[in-house]
Amino acid sequence: MGRFHRHPDGAGHDHHHSDVGDHSGYLETGTERVAIGENILAENDRTADRNRADFAGAGVTTVNLMSSPGAGKTTLLKATITSLGEQLRLGVLEGDIATSLDADQLGGLGAPISLVNTSAGFGGECHLDATMVRSGLQRLPLDQLDLLIIENVGNLVCPAEFDVGQHARAMVYAVTEGEEKPLKYPVMFRACEMVVVNKIDLLPHLDYDLDQFLHNLRAVNPTAQVVQLSARTGEGVDRWCDWLVATRTPPQSVGEGSRHRRARRHPPEGRDRD
Amino acid sequence: MHELALCEAIIDTVTRHADGQAVERVEVRIGHFRQVVPDSLMFSWELLTDGTDLAGCELAIDHVPAVIECRSCGQQTSLDAPILMCRSCDSTDVTLVSGEEFQIASIDRAREVS
Repeated sequence: MGRFHRHPDGAGHDHHHSDVGDHSGYLETGTERVAIGENILAENDRTADRNRADFAGAGVTTVNLMSSPGAGKTTLLKATITSLGEQLRLGVLEGDIATSLDADQLGGLGAPISLVNTSAGFGGECHLDATMVRSGLQRLPLDQLDLLIIENVGNLVCPAEFDVGQHARAMVYAVTEGEEKPLKYPVMFRACEMVVVNKIDLLPHLDYDLDQFLHNLRAVNPTAQVVQLSARTGEGVDRWCDWLVATRTPPQSVGEGSRHRRARRHPPEGRDRD
Repeated sequence: MHELALCEAIIDTVTRHADGQAVERVEVRIGHFRQVVPDSLMFSWELLTDGTDLAGCELAIDHVPAVIECRSCGQQTSLDAPILMCRSCDSTDVTLVSGEEFQIASIDRAREVS
């Protein structure tokens, strides 16, 4: 059913139409209907593909980290850099509507940070899109990184809709947000391969039903991996880090050092030039 | 919340396909599971097209219901909430048939005057 169908004059009407041809009566002489069939975000997706190609070329794995404001992304990132800094060369692309507060918190931990403020445009975009990420990449030494974490703008709605070229999507959810959040923000919870359940150190102080949350999560996303942790106390952070390390496996399957040999994919006439 | 960004993307695509001709109507197909608020999209559309070549162009939103098909019993279920479970047999082994559409379906473009 066409649940809504509105026109700019404010008149709305409900009707069922099986295809756009039903509207042929609207056509006046002098106009032609041109079928487009293009995804609204096609341009964003093309830029995301370019980002993906750059990441692959530099041999860097990218994780798009999302959450509502205050769920603990930045605290988790601090713990992550501290814990994985020796093992992996980490970089952070930090998206924020305004201010450098989060980026400042992460500074000095040894990982290069690129800050993207989204407040240009119409009063601040509520998400990072592929083009904004692309602009932030120019300030990062991609070739010298193993893992890039993109800290998206704190928001459970919009970031889920925009592919930025990441290899994996993860979200931080805090138990203080309530059990029903997967049902209220299904697109976000469905988009992620990894759901971090943060602030579990607060569980003794809350009327919170963790099983109910997990049940709701399974209802909208049966396959997401879940790690329960406290970014504040550090409990469980190692399991999150293990997952990050595991996301590195696919791009590395060509072998260590592949980034230096990527030009030799098709040796002409079987002649190996190396 | 991201309707302004979506409208910018729609305008770019429409302008590219308009071929310099006036466009009277744009139809977009948006699945039930997409987080688009129709009123916000219409508001953004009017705001962004005002004073441009697309001023007065109608934006028609075709809302596509979310439908799943059960792999166990073959039944189709239309969903309101995003609980991917077959209403007939309670199986969660289902495929999403529709509901994630996000498309510019067509434009009504003035014919070139010869």
